[in-house]
Amino acid sequence: MSRAVIVDYDAGNLRSVHRACHEVGLDAEIVADPAQVVSAERVIFPGVGAAGSAMKSLKARGMDQALHEALDKGTPTLGICLGLQISLDYSEENDTTTLGLIGGNVRRFALDDPALKVPHMGWNEVVLKKPHPVLEGLEPGDEFYFVHAYYPEPAEADCVYAESEYEHPFACAIGRGNYFATQFHPEKSGRVGLRLISRFAQWDGTC
Amino acid sequence: MLSKRLIACLDVRDGKLAKSIKFVDTKDIGDPVEKAREYYVDGLDELVFYDITASSDKRNIMLDVVEHVAEQVFIPLSVGGGVRNVSDATDLRLAGAEKINVNSAAVKRPELISECAEAIGNQNVVLSMDIRKVEATKELPSGYEMVINGGRTPMGIDALWWALEGERLGAGELVVNSIDADGTRNGYENNLTRMISEAVRIPVIASGGAGKPEHLYDALTEGKADAALVASMVHYGDYRVSELKSYLHDRGVKMRMSW
Repeated sequence: MSRAVIVDYDAGNLRSVHRACHEVGLDAEIVADPAQVVSAERVIFPGVGAAGSAMKSLKARGMDQALHEALDKGTPTLGICLGLQISLDYSEENDTTTLGLIGGNVRRFALDDPALKVPHMGWNEVVLKKPHPVLEGLEPGDEFYFVHAYYPEPAEADCVYAESEYEHPFACAIGRGNYFATQFHPEKSGRVGLRLISRFAQWDGTC
Repeated sequence: MLSKRLIACLDVRDGKLAKSIKFVDTKDIGDPVEKAREYYVDGLDELVFYDITASSDKRNIMLDVVEHVAEQVFIPLSVGGGVRNVSDATDLRLAGAEKINVNSAAVKRPELISECAEAIGNQNVVLSMDIRKVEATKELPSGYEMVINGGRTPMGIDALWWALEGERLGAGELVVNSIDADGTRNGYENNLTRMISEAVRIPVIASGGAGKPEHLYDALTEGKADAALVASMVHYGDYRVSELKSYLHDRGVKMRMSW
């Protein structure tokens, strides 16, 4: 099995992602050096926190450029949570221009039902919209763990591989080419989450 | 649609699992890592560890427990008990906890909530509230009062006011623990849970008093809780995690049923 790097940009608990990789037999290393991201066989781009500070930190480390380079080389790359959100063009959070790997915006949940809490926190069903190698084995009723106050709105529907619903449907797994990303946390989603990481570990970056 | 969560709380003293009745008479009931793994495999949605270790020189034992659990249990893990500053919170996060529970120290020094929220993100800061029922007065208009030190010290602070203040300071979630109901197995304090859940826009976890599956149902419906926390019900083997989830699911509560 191949090796992966987990991009360290001061955003969230990377070690839980690392532990989940270890559990499925994916040899992973947390790296802060952009050169190691460019030369990696696989990249995992996680994140918890705010879009504004995350983008600042990425740029300060030259990590934004490294990610672009890795993706241009065809490196299979997995974004998680904030890692997904900053792959779009723009985030309402801190009014932030983001990486633009996938066209579209990230919006804050503005819900009519006062009983629905923000952040959207907990387990929710992930519904397949379009097959993808990383989502292989997903079954109706499978739930993943979410924690987020903002959600992605990709410009093109063909980037959306799965949806979830919180008052309204929203994209929770998006991708293009060798880039794939989830709004939920596979590393905290029990067996179904570990299966997703295991699929990513075997993915050749095509779909 | 978001599922309701079933959360198990494990009190840990000197690295061993303990269960208190009304916060006194704790006794060892097993290995926390083993129990955590057992519940995870049986479909538990989230785990909470509460460190009730009395002596501060034994605190590092807890970090080991968290580390071992995080290696084997891939669901959200929340840890509390004795978190006094950001560095306590960061140590626990590094050991593998997603969320950090703050309790007594936050009542004494409310800035702890905002400091932790700044350092680890609002969504990872859980404000745990120990609450007792009192006669409503001008100072305590909700008729519920905050208590600290494991329920021994009343603070003269209104519980509803404190819940709103906690949300304002940046807590991402609230644990509403009734010390009157804790350990009695007679059911949660649903009036209290509902009052707080209706007042805030962050998730509320009902705690204290669960003894039967219908108590969970009541907390999640009548009590309007987003999650129900159980302890002795599952620790002593009276109910299995999967059994409680099936019961709630069969009664129409949205639960995660495949794992």
